[in-house]
Amino acid sequence: MSIIVFVEDWNNVFKKASFEAVSYAKSWADLAGTSVTAITSTHAQDPGTLATYGADRILTLSLSATPFGTAQQLAAMAEEATGIVIAGTSFGRSVAPALAALANGSLSTNTTSIPSSIAPVTVERGAFSSKGIETIELSGNLPIVSFVPNSIGIVETHGIGAVSSFDAAGTDLLTVTDKTVASGKVALPEAEVVVSAGRGLKGPENWAMIEELATVLGAATACSKPVSDIGWRPHSEHVGQTGIQVNPNLYIAIGISGAIQHLAGVSASKTIVVVNTDTEAPFFKAADYGIVGDAFEVVPQLVNAMRAFKAEQ
Amino acid sequence: MNILVCISHVPDTTAKINFDAAGKGLDSTGVQFVINPYDEFSLTKALHLKEAHGGSITVLNVGGSETEPTLRKALAIGADQAIRINATPTDAITVAKELKNHIAAQSYDLILCGQESIDYNGQQVPAMLGALLNLPFVNACVDLTIDGSQATATGEIDGGHETYSGTLPLVVGGKKGLVEEKDLRIPNMRGIMTARSKPLAVAEPTENGAATQAVKFVKPAAKSAVKLVDSVDELVHLLHNEAKAI
Ligand SMILES: Cc1cc2nc3c(=O)[nH]c(=O)nc-3n(C[C@H](O)[C@H](O)[C@H](O)COP(=O)(O)OP(=O)(O)OC[C@H]3O[C@@H](n4cnc5c(N)ncnc54)[C@H](O)[C@@H]3O)c2cc1C
Repeated sequence: MSIIVFVEDWNNVFKKASFEAVSYAKSWADLAGTSVTAITSTHAQDPGTLATYGADRILTLSLSATPFGTAQQLAAMAEEATGIVIAGTSFGRSVAPALAALANGSLSTNTTSIPSSIAPVTVERGAFSSKGIETIELSGNLPIVSFVPNSIGIVETHGIGAVSSFDAAGTDLLTVTDKTVASGKVALPEAEVVVSAGRGLKGPENWAMIEELATVLGAATACSKPVSDIGWRPHSEHVGQTGIQVNPNLYIAIGISGAIQHLAGVSASKTIVVVNTDTEAPFFKAADYGIVGDAFEVVPQLVNAMRAFKAEQ
Repeated sequence: MNILVCISHVPDTTAKINFDAAGKGLDSTGVQFVINPYDEFSLTKALHLKEAHGGSITVLNVGGSETEPTLRKALAIGADQAIRINATPTDAITVAKELKNHIAAQSYDLILCGQESIDYNGQQVPAMLGALLNLPFVNACVDLTIDGSQATATGEIDGGHETYSGTLPLVVGGKKGLVEEKDLRIPNMRGIMTARSKPLAVAEPTENGAATQAVKFVKPAAKSAVKLVDSVDELVHLLHNEAKAI
């Protein structure tokens, strides 16, 4: 028996969420007095690195293309699992519930803590779009945790790291006909810094300075809902209660009023900076740092200051 | 085309969320409930598909009698009939199993859910349902075309999109993009009147056994007051030295 962790790769490369998943499994395994088994794709480069985060056994398999097929493959391992960990990436958010249904597991998604107890497994999770924190017991069979990336952190430790391959059948009920991932851009859900702008920017032609700031900071760009509704920016940048929920280390909000629905999707960010002309903008109440000022003056200055700072580093 | 839209009844997005004194659940005093915003995109997509292909739209909610106004609203927007499975579910698997039992006894071509319910933010029911029914499932679906028994669907993935093709029936977790914000419909007077005479059936639950147990709800700790700064240099300094965010 062990804690099984599904480790996702992106074009054969692990990302932070991959390592964070192993770290999560390691913390849980220590509490449960058991080992960590990592399952990853045969195509993943250097699976042995997972030992650095606590993987004792690393199993590689030829993964199905769809979440459902992958869930079936993981379900084949369920009998050996004390618990299962999956990062709440877009793929993981589809795999985890399918797995829970197939393996008759008890699942917590949107999880933001490691287990505080293991009998039964008890974790915290976000509810009501970050307006509440729920403590949940996985009291049924096989506990499965899908956690919010960047909520737990990565811990380096040492695992045995024996790599072997294994085989399990998964059926894809859909054919993937096309896949497009914007290259050279930081994907919003995994960004450590997010630069976000709202209707205060007046028009799509004014986003160059936002993109420039994002480039300097290695950040992803985001926007408020009305900005995507009027087509100034793509829907995939819409953050908030009805858009993408983010929890970066730094969220910079420019010309966004801070409506309750916007805050619901961004308030889990560790540090929030607000730039707004209106001292009364509700966003200042949710911010750590604020500049009362015109975005058209402040942002170009901020680009220069950040560029100078980065050059010194 | 026979379409099922699964509807969740959730606090309005502007609602102030409070929990009861024991922290056991939501204090719904003064809270307005609405159709889950993600489900609204799916419901509107169902209307578009019905307009293009004909057929019938059933809306279903697993919930107590307090959710009926939400189902009536879906009828007023254009669904043909509603079903309420009379249970107060405490976790997603219970809802998914109730839905599965209902769907297995019917013949739906398409099962549209919202990507996620904004109350418990589980993002679990649609994927569970697909797995329980052994039907293809597309999450975060932003585009869907039906051609006979074939479906082509695009879902958001981290940093991009993926497009799938498959055979109906299909389970979808929908969101904005499936239809646009401007396509969403507000019930008009005629819709509200006809909704009163549309069927709303109540079925008894067939499952009991939750896999998880909510033990406590709390509100997140309040933020300390914002630090207003006068210059970008000061901001950069604080972000680096104090917040350690850059
Ligand atoms: C069901 C529902 C769901 C919703 N979900 C979401 C969601 O997920 N995400 C979301 O974002 N919204 C959501 N909303 C919309 C939300 O209520 C707000 O309308 C929206 O967030 C406002 O966007 P904004 O801040 O860009 O625009 P505004 O509210 O118009 O604010 C613009 C801000 O820019 C400031 N400003 C103007 N000029 C300048 C300048 N030159 N420099 C600096 N600042 C300037 C103004 O002072 C103002 O504070 C939802 C609404 C509903 C009803």
